Amino acid sequence: MVNDRFPPALQVRGLRKTFVRPAVDNLDLTIRAGEFYALLGPNGAGKTTTLRLVVGLLQPEAGDVSVFGIDALADPVAAKKIMAWVSDEPMIYDKLTPYEYLEFVAGLWGIDAGDAKASAEDLIGWLGLGPHAHERCESFSRGMKQKVALAGALVHNPRLIILDEPLTGLDAGSARQVKDVLLARVRAGGTVLMTTHILEVAERMAERIGVIAAGRLIAEGTLDELRIKAGRRDTSLEDIFLTLVGEQAAAA
Amino acid sequence: MSTAPASLAWFARHELTLSWREWLSMMTGGRRRRGIAIAVAVIVLAVVMHLLAYHMIGDSPPSGIDPDRATLILVTGSALLSWSLTLSQAMEMVTRAFYARADLDLVLSSPASARRVFAVRIATIALSTTALAVPLAAPFINVLAWSGGPRWLGAYGVVVAMGLAASAVAMALTVALFRTLGPRRTRFVAQVVAAVVGAVFVIGVQAVAILSTNTLSRFAALQSDMLKRLAPGNDSVFWWPARAIMGDVPALLGVIGASVVMLGAAIYFFSRRFAQHATAAAGISATSIRQRRRADAFRPTTPARMLRRKEWTLLRRDPWLVSQTLMQVLYLLPPALMLWRNFGDHGDTLVVLVPVFVMAAGQLAGGLAWLAVSGEDAPDLVATAPITSRNILRAKLEAVIGAIAMVLSPVVAVLALSSLYYALVASAGILTAAASATLIQLWFRKQAKRSQFRRRQTSSRVATFAEAFSSISWAATAGLAAAETWFALAPAVLALGLLALARALRPR
Repeated sequence: MVNDRFPPALQVRGLRKTFVRPAVDNLDLTIRAGEFYALLGPNGAGKTTTLRLVVGLLQPEAGDVSVFGIDALADPVAAKKIMAWVSDEPMIYDKLTPYEYLEFVAGLWGIDAGDAKASAEDLIGWLGLGPHAHERCESFSRGMKQKVALAGALVHNPRLIILDEPLTGLDAGSARQVKDVLLARVRAGGTVLMTTHILEVAERMAERIGVIAAGRLIAEGTLDELRIKAGRRDTSLEDIFLTLVGEQAAAA
Repeated sequence: MSTAPASLAWFARHELTLSWREWLSMMTGGRRRRGIAIAVAVIVLAVVMHLLAYHMIGDSPPSGIDPDRATLILVTGSALLSWSLTLSQAMEMVTRAFYARADLDLVLSSPASARRVFAVRIATIALSTTALAVPLAAPFINVLAWSGGPRWLGAYGVVVAMGLAASAVAMALTVALFRTLGPRRTRFVAQVVAAVVGAVFVIGVQAVAILSTNTLSRFAALQSDMLKRLAPGNDSVFWWPARAIMGDVPALLGVIGASVVMLGAAIYFFSRRFAQHATAAAGISATSIRQRRRADAFRPTTPARMLRRKEWTLLRRDPWLVSQTLMQVLYLLPPALMLWRNFGDHGDTLVVLVPVFVMAAGQLAGGLAWLAVSGEDAPDLVATAPITSRNILRAKLEAVIGAIAMVLSPVVAVLALSSLYYALVASAGILTAAASATLIQLWFRKQAKRSQFRRRQTSSRVATFAEAFSSISWAATAGLAAAETWFALAPAVLALGLLALARALRPR
């Protein structure tokens, strides 16, 4: 549910980061508050680097990042308070239980203990982690670990949730639970920015889709707008994506 | 021997290639340029070790093949000391082989004989154990052979026999633990047993020395009249290893033969069970551990307190890490015994405890600081939390200092009851050594998984050496300061110089 009364959930201007070659090259990106935005791109296009720059895990060489009007480079702590990050590899502590992990995350974000407890218990229930809430995570499957990581990202009730390939390695049931939780967050006013290689997920869940290649945003819009841009009506996102990326590669 | 695929020789070549590459990667950290530096360091170390051996042995080692009882006891005692360390190393390798999933699925799903693969694997463990023991013994054997005649070269045969026997005993011990305790507990218990086995002989001999002569010298115990009276007769088989070391050829053949039979029996009996145990070990991650729900969960707290609690919980729940990090504490037992013996005594004997405590603190702080600073399993989570990196670091360092205080404050408190001055010097030394080791870990931090703890020393040689030498220098400073001499300033200046050098060499 897009809300234009608020400043953009995320505004990126002229973002640049170079490793051996430019990974993110003068990127401009705006995500509106309350929007579900999917960022697509071929391998090595710069999706993950972009997200890591936004959440403060990497320092850009140039550019601005603003989260709900807060300059994330000048005041990272204030920006981090309202953001959450979920990477493709679930990074949790094997020796903690999901319940303890959520308590730890809530403590790090310094949220009210009562709210944190209620939120943790809700998330554990929604994500089907109830029977395992007090078991150490070391015996969990990858999918369960990813759900714990997602619960950790949501326990402090962030306004902007940034996820890098969150559905990788999840079975159909777990993927559905994760998608439902994310959609519920958007319905409740949250904003989601997500990268995915599963185009069907982007097609069905995202209100707007951005396509990135060689560190630049090459197309952006709703599915219909992208169809028009690609010049292929009544076609799937997969065809549109391959057309756009192919054109970009040919132009390069 | 046939080198056809799936033959014994073929598997042996495969295992040796893997072992060699593993060793090379541990030594060089995967950087080719480091190879040259390592080679130079090995040569320098070999020269230093030979000089040290010459200093310890001198020009006149015991000669002849029928030495007196005192020499037999001394040589046997020294051999047992090194054998206990070799056994500890072998147990560590056997446990790692059981728990390294690596190629287990591939081996067990292939049509090749699993027994053959594991027979080769046990033999490779024996070879690796021996290969680690030989360089440590070589300087002493070479000096003995140079000054006492070539008959001492037979000691190389004894070192090889000790490696083979230690591997066989390690295999039997680990399998016995596996069968009694099951796969989950064995990993931890075997690591602890390995550590204890490595330390127990040193500690035991020191304990005897403290109780009989009130010194920490191991040799004092080995040369005591009591031991000479209790030792078996000169013709006993018990002295064969000592006689073999001194060049008695029949004894040497007997010792080597016995060790080969022991290893052969271990391969014959245990290669069949290896797959079974390794599969059981691989399955332990599937079993879950429930934690009791804490009554004080989700109580109001601060991010710093949460970080400290997390560090302590993770450490407490990982017995393997505890056994690895607290290994140094084992060596505090003899000084603690000495403290207990001399409790209330204001004599100078307790001065030797000060450097021991300082050294232990430096080593302990290095390990714990690596876990807290580099060994963060959820680095993204912590880095994206709304706390400044300075505050995160401060909380983690407080966790390290807290753990060290918990381990060392009781012994320092008891020391204070005997000598307030020694306790003050020890406290200052402990704080300085711990702070230095922690600073080095901060300068050379490199994100890694906690499970890579064993490899922390290979990630930066500079950090490893700086940490070790700074602990040694601060221990020397504290020891000399406790003895109230101005010479304490020399190692202190050296330690500060080392820290400055480490800081200058830190990666940017």
